[in-house]
Amino acid sequence: MDTIFGVPTQALFGQLLIGLINGSFYALLSLGLAVIFGLLNIINFTHGAQYMLGAFTAYLLLTKAGLGYWWALLIAPVAVGITGILIERLLLSHLYKLDHLYGLLLTFGLALIIQGVFRNEFGSSGQPYPIPPQLTGGQNLGFMFLPNYRAWVIVASLVVCLATWFMIERTKLGGYLRAATENPALVQAFGVNVPRMITLTYGFGVGLAALAGVMAAPIYQVSPQMGADLIIVVFAVVVIGGMGSILGAIVTGFGLGLIEGLTKVFYPEASNTVIFIIMAIVLLLRPAGLFGREK
Amino acid sequence: MERKLVSTLVAAAFAGLSGPAAAQISDGVVKIGVMNDMSGLYADIAGPGSVVAAKMAVEDFQKTSKSGLKVEVVGADHQNKPDVGSNIARQWYDVDKVDVIVDVPTSSVALAVNQITRDKGKAFLVSGAATSDLTGKACSPNTIHWTYDTWMLANGTGNAIVKTGGDTWFFLTADYAFGHALERDTEAAVVKGGGKVLGKVRHPFPGTDFSSFLLQAQASKAKIIGLANAGGDTINSIKQASEFGITKGGQNLAGLLVFITDVHGLGLQTAQGLIFTETFYWDLNDQTREWSRRFAAQNGGRYPSMVQAGVYSSVLHYLKAVEAAKTDDGTKVIAQMKAMPTDDPLFGKGSIRADGRKIHPAYLVEVKKPSESKGPYDYYKIRATIPADQAFRPIDQGDCPLVKK
Repeated sequence: MDTIFGVPTQALFGQLLIGLINGSFYALLSLGLAVIFGLLNIINFTHGAQYMLGAFTAYLLLTKAGLGYWWALLIAPVAVGITGILIERLLLSHLYKLDHLYGLLLTFGLALIIQGVFRNEFGSSGQPYPIPPQLTGGQNLGFMFLPNYRAWVIVASLVVCLATWFMIERTKLGGYLRAATENPALVQAFGVNVPRMITLTYGFGVGLAALAGVMAAPIYQVSPQMGADLIIVVFAVVVIGGMGSILGAIVTGFGLGLIEGLTKVFYPEASNTVIFIIMAIVLLLRPAGLFGREK
Repeated sequence: MERKLVSTLVAAAFAGLSGPAAAQISDGVVKIGVMNDMSGLYADIAGPGSVVAAKMAVEDFQKTSKSGLKVEVVGADHQNKPDVGSNIARQWYDVDKVDVIVDVPTSSVALAVNQITRDKGKAFLVSGAATSDLTGKACSPNTIHWTYDTWMLANGTGNAIVKTGGDTWFFLTADYAFGHALERDTEAAVVKGGGKVLGKVRHPFPGTDFSSFLLQAQASKAKIIGLANAGGDTINSIKQASEFGITKGGQNLAGLLVFITDVHGLGLQTAQGLIFTETFYWDLNDQTREWSRRFAAQNGGRYPSMVQAGVYSSVLHYLKAVEAAKTDDGTKVIAQMKAMPTDDPLFGKGSIRADGRKIHPAYLVEVKKPSESKGPYDYYKIRATIPADQAFRPIDQGDCPLVKK
């Protein structure tokens, strides 16, 4: 059998595929963060908690209302998105004129509160959430056993990412959004309701986080901590991709998933740190990130 | 300066008034500090539940004791970080007048607190941490290791599995002191039983995605994949192993450290058939059932883990020793605890060895099928009881400097 650095190529394919799956989550989450930062200039530290809320909404829909995964996929992003809209209207909208730091502190505080409440209610070990019956089982690809659910995660995440990118970069609505961040006063003068657009954008970004949460529920334990563990990595992804760059978030999300996957084979002990090493190098060479524009 | 002197004198006078038993109790109060992971992946195993257990021990002690000892319980979150834990320990001992620290899961933190406690001459009762080094090369006259340790887990679970034909192993190990110790002790038990270790991979702690490591384990073709991790890490490993069809492919998982809270989190559908070792199960006898129901009522309906049971048992014995020795001086109380036999409703009668190891039986348990369980927390079948004198590492094999050869 062929080997690369002592690792059979077939095993390597398996690891790359797994990297891609993890990358799907990084991409989905960092996409929401990038949308929010790019269009609102808010560093949304509540993102991890909102991802967790998505997973818990799915869990509660299943256990309390008997609604399964597919319903959760529709309902959870909308429900959590609405809580996002409330947060934006009631709290964040007062901070736009102040320094970034205030938004960061507010969202970080909110995240701690939300996680604390859920921990108190559900404990830290988390709750199990079954894989939807249509997606159980898997395919034997020869080099690895690919669970159907994981294949679905890659496809769904790619579709959502590309659709979001298309909407923001290639449609008229996206054009308004981008224009509103450059010069809100001018766009408002053309008769566009900018504050409402910003509110809906935040709700949309939060909805993306919740969607990722629902998709993660069958794979990981639905636990209050699940977002806090991930959010730091996702922030690194956004910084490497370039703050606010939609395409950067998507490409970097998938790319770093792959690199992390490879690290897990060759030097597993470093798999948690490799992303931050890359972040340090990228920031040294390109302070605005790979796809970011210097302002 | 003068004011401080006066207040010290006043305090001393009051201490003198409060009776002979309290004469040697610093500031007239025995202060117990419960330090553990209050918010992260080990918060259900120990966490706020351990504080509840410590308070129950104080209540139960005061019901029977006539000494009028004043006891106070405080809690803190070490976030599984040795530096945070060390800071809390120093603050507690130097400023807050804490006399004994209990619980401290996460072996790396426990080893740090172990050293600080020794330097300050205080007392340390470990329930949550697992590394057998606490009664081995890091043993201390100020520390007692109460509930379980990596040697006991390895010996209980490892032996049982090798005996039933699981003779080739691959380890999935949490990359810190606990995982390393558990892997080392299990490997020794496997090799001693005639088995072979085909490989190991060390994952970052805490981790979220284990599929990559599980695929490596699968590729090794080992019959048994040993999970040398705990809490949320173990839960996610088991969940993802079933997702990737690893158990269907003929390989078996050995959860080397599994708690009842983990089984509760996994659900019986996924956890059924797992075999592991515990030193406490709520459904052992009338006394454990009675205590556990009382505990659950104060802990949001969650039943006790063996760590929380160990906190109760160790605090109770500590208070009895303080009463007997008439002092809360750390070194003296620990010596007194070793001299007295232990007896409590949860672990029964037992003793504490010179190296600080508390001795009691261990239970090899198997997780029930969903059809066999009568409801939440009815999870275990006891497959075997390992007697107290065989459950833990023989005292002469630990390289503990306190033990005279």
